[in-house]
Amino acid sequence: MAATWATLSIGSTFSFLPRAAAMQQPQPVGVKLATSNTFTSFCRLKAATWVNCEMESSFLGRESNSAPRHSFAQRAQKQKVWSPQYRVQPQASFKVAILGAAGGIGQPLSLLIKMSPLVSTLYLYDIAAHVKGVAADLSHCNTPSQVLGFTGTSQLANSLKRVDVVVITAGVTAKPGMTRADLFSINAIIVKTLVEAVADNCPGALIHMISNPVNSTVPIAAEVMKQKGVYDPKKLFGITTLDVVLVNTFVAQKKNLKVVDVDVPVVGGHDGITILPLLSKTRPSVSFTDEEVLELTVRIQNAGLEVVEAKAGAGSATLSMAYAEARFLESSLRALDGDESVYECSFVQSDVTDLPFFASRVKLGKKGVEAVISSELQGLTEFEQKALLALKPELKASIEKGVTFVQKQAAA
Amino acid sequence: MKTTAEANQRIARIAAHLHPTNFQMEESSSLRPANCRSKGAGPGFKVAILGAAGGIGQPLSMLMKMNPLVSVLHLYDVVNTLGVMADISHMDTGAVVRGFLGQQQLENALTGMDLVIIPAGVPRKPGMTRDDLFNINAGIVKTLCEGIAKYCPKAIVNLISNPVNSTVPIAAEVFRKSGTYDPRRLLGVTMLDVVRANTFVAEVLNIDPREVNVPVIGGHAGVTILPLLSQVKPPSTFTREETEYLTTRIQNGGTEVVEAKAGAGSATLSMAYAAVKFAEACLRGLSGDAGVIECAFVDSQVTELPFFATKVRLGRNGVEEIFPLGPLNEYERAGLEKAKEELAASIQKGVAFIRK
Repeated sequence: MAATWATLSIGSTFSFLPRAAAMQQPQPVGVKLATSNTFTSFCRLKAATWVNCEMESSFLGRESNSAPRHSFAQRAQKQKVWSPQYRVQPQASFKVAILGAAGGIGQPLSLLIKMSPLVSTLYLYDIAAHVKGVAADLSHCNTPSQVLGFTGTSQLANSLKRVDVVVITAGVTAKPGMTRADLFSINAIIVKTLVEAVADNCPGALIHMISNPVNSTVPIAAEVMKQKGVYDPKKLFGITTLDVVLVNTFVAQKKNLKVVDVDVPVVGGHDGITILPLLSKTRPSVSFTDEEVLELTVRIQNAGLEVVEAKAGAGSATLSMAYAEARFLESSLRALDGDESVYECSFVQSDVTDLPFFASRVKLGKKGVEAVISSELQGLTEFEQKALLALKPELKASIEKGVTFVQKQAAA
Repeated sequence: MKTTAEANQRIARIAAHLHPTNFQMEESSSLRPANCRSKGAGPGFKVAILGAAGGIGQPLSMLMKMNPLVSVLHLYDVVNTLGVMADISHMDTGAVVRGFLGQQQLENALTGMDLVIIPAGVPRKPGMTRDDLFNINAGIVKTLCEGIAKYCPKAIVNLISNPVNSTVPIAAEVFRKSGTYDPRRLLGVTMLDVVRANTFVAEVLNIDPREVNVPVIGGHAGVTILPLLSQVKPPSTFTREETEYLTTRIQNGGTEVVEAKAGAGSATLSMAYAAVKFAEACLRGLSGDAGVIECAFVDSQVTELPFFATKVRLGRNGVEEIFPLGPLNEYERAGLEKAKEELAASIQKGVAFIRK
C-alpha cells in the first residue's frame, strides 16, 4: 500500500518541474499548454498522498500512516523528542476563524482543522450558545492548536482578530425539495452581516464561502467589501471543492480506477446545471461514451439533492462538505506558507468568461489567487461547450441577485 | 418542483446504489453495483461502526472513511444511516462505504468484519453521571454484542458506549454465554482520557501536546480514571498542586464538556478523534506492526478485579500483552485503592445485568 502511495508523494511531483516552471511564467491568464496532462505537478491533497508526506502538512498527521516503513520512521522521529528543549512548534502557524462552527458542517470541519498541524489558533463563532461546548470538546484533543469559542453578535469582532482565513458556513440548510437558490432570502442577510464584520476586523484575511447559494453569496461578499473599500478579489473564494471530490469519486467508481489517482476539474458555479465537470480533462485520461458523460454530469449536478433526500429532512451534506473544505483550507494554508504548486478549483472573480465570477482551476499563492488557469476552458467537447452556454444565464442571474441584494440594502 | 414519482424514482436509485443486494433496480443498468466497484478498496481492513448516525458516530465515520487502513466501512444504526451513508460515500478516498438501517440489517452489517466500533447509546445531560446511562445503554450493548457473537465472533471489538466500566463486562458475559468469548478481542476505549491527559499535561508543561504520553489506568468514569503522572513521557515532575489539579481535571474532563454544552450533548468530536486514534492502533496491530502500545480497558489479571485498564500491546490477535502497572507514588497508590472500589461495583453491576 505504502509503495504505491510513495510515487504520489509531494516529493515526486517535483520531478515534473519543467512544466511547473512553464506555469510560473509571468502570464497568469491565457497560458496555453499543449498536452492534456498539464497539471501533473499539482499537490493534490488526497488522504493517501497527505499521509505519505514525511513533512507534517496534513491534519492526518504522521501517526495515521499504516506502513511499517513509515511507522518505523515515525518512531525514529519520536526518539529525538527526548531532548530537553522543545516548545510548541507547529510547522506553520495560521489563525483560522469558523463562522457557524456549531452547525452540521461547522462541527466536523472544526474537528478536522483542529487536527491540522498548520493551524495555531482556531476561533469558533456561532449564534448558538453551545459553540462554547464544541470548543471545550475540541480543546481536549492533543494537537497543538488553541481553540476558543465565541457566541453572540457582540463577540463576533473578537472572533476575527488578526485571523488569516475566515470560513463562513453559517446559514440554513436545504430540506427535501429545496434547491440551493431557495435558501437565498435567509442566508443572504446572514452572510452580509458576517462579511461586514470581516471587513471591519480582518480585511486582509482569505474568505472561504460555504453558505449557500454560493453563486449569490460570493457576489454579496464582494459587494459588501467594495462598499467598505477593502475588496481584494484575490482573497474571496466560493468553495466548490465538494463537486471536485464528488466527480472524482463517481468517475473512479465508473471507470474502475483507484480513486486516489483521479482528478477532474469542475467549472461554472455551485448549484444545479451551473456545475460543469470537464470530463474530457480527466486525469488519468479516460474516454467516456456520450451516455456516460450525460449520466455523470447529471448525477454530479444533483448530488447535493441526493444527500438531502437520503437524509430525509435531517440536513444536507455535512461530513463530505467538511472533508472537502478541510482539503481546500489546507491547500490555501500551504500556499500562504509559500508552496509554489498549489492548484484547486474555486468560484472566484474571474476574466475567463464574460461573467464577473466563475469557478475554474486557480493557482493559489501567498496573496490568495495568483493565477486563473484559463487554458483548461479551451478544447472542450461539444457537450461541454453546449453545457457551458446553457449555464451562463442561470449563473448570471444568481450573481446579479446577490449584487442587487446588497445594493438595495445600501440604498435603503 | 419535482413530482413525488420523480422523487421516489430518485430515492429508489439512491437505494440501489446504497444496497448492492437490491437487484430490482434495472432501469439504469450502468449504475448497478457490479459495474461500480471502485478499485481503491485494496488491502485493508473491514470496519463496522454500530451507532454511526449519532453524535460520535458521524465524525467517527468521516475520519474512518479517510483512513488508508480501511478498505470497507459498514455504517449501522437504527435511524438516519442512509443519509449519513450518502453523505460519506461522496468523499474521494479509497474505502468502500455501505449503510445498514434497522436491526434486521445487523447481520449484513457485521458479516466479515475485522473491527467493530460501538459508540451506540444515549449521551449524558448536565448533572448525570455515566452510571445513570446504564439502563438504556446496557440493553443496547447486549443486543449488539449478541449480533457480534453470531456474525463476526472473531472481530476485534472497540466499546465506547458508556458506562464503559459496566458495558465491557456486559459484552464479556454475552460472549461467554454464546461460547465465543476471546478476552484478547474485547477492548473498552479509554483513549479519550489519555488524549485529555496528554493535552492538559502539555498545557502545564508548555510543550507540544503531540509529544506527551501519560499512561491512564483503572476505568473510564470519575475517580476510576487514574493518570499515572509519575510515569509521563517525557519524564517530568509535578508539584503536589499540579498533580491534584491535573488528576481532577482529567477525571472530570467528560463532565467539563457536558456542562459546557449545556444539554446539547457530551464530548463527540474529541471522542471521535480519540476513537479513531485507538481504532487505528488496533488496525496497525492487526496488520502485524510491532510495538503498538496503547491504554485500554480489558480483561486483566494485573489487579484482583476481572477488568482493568492498563497499557497493552496490540497485535494480530488483539491484545497480545498486558503491561503491569509499574512504579506508583503515594498519591497514585491512594488513588488506585479508591478507583478499585468503585470499579468493582461497576463491573459487578454489568455482570449482574446479564446473569440475572
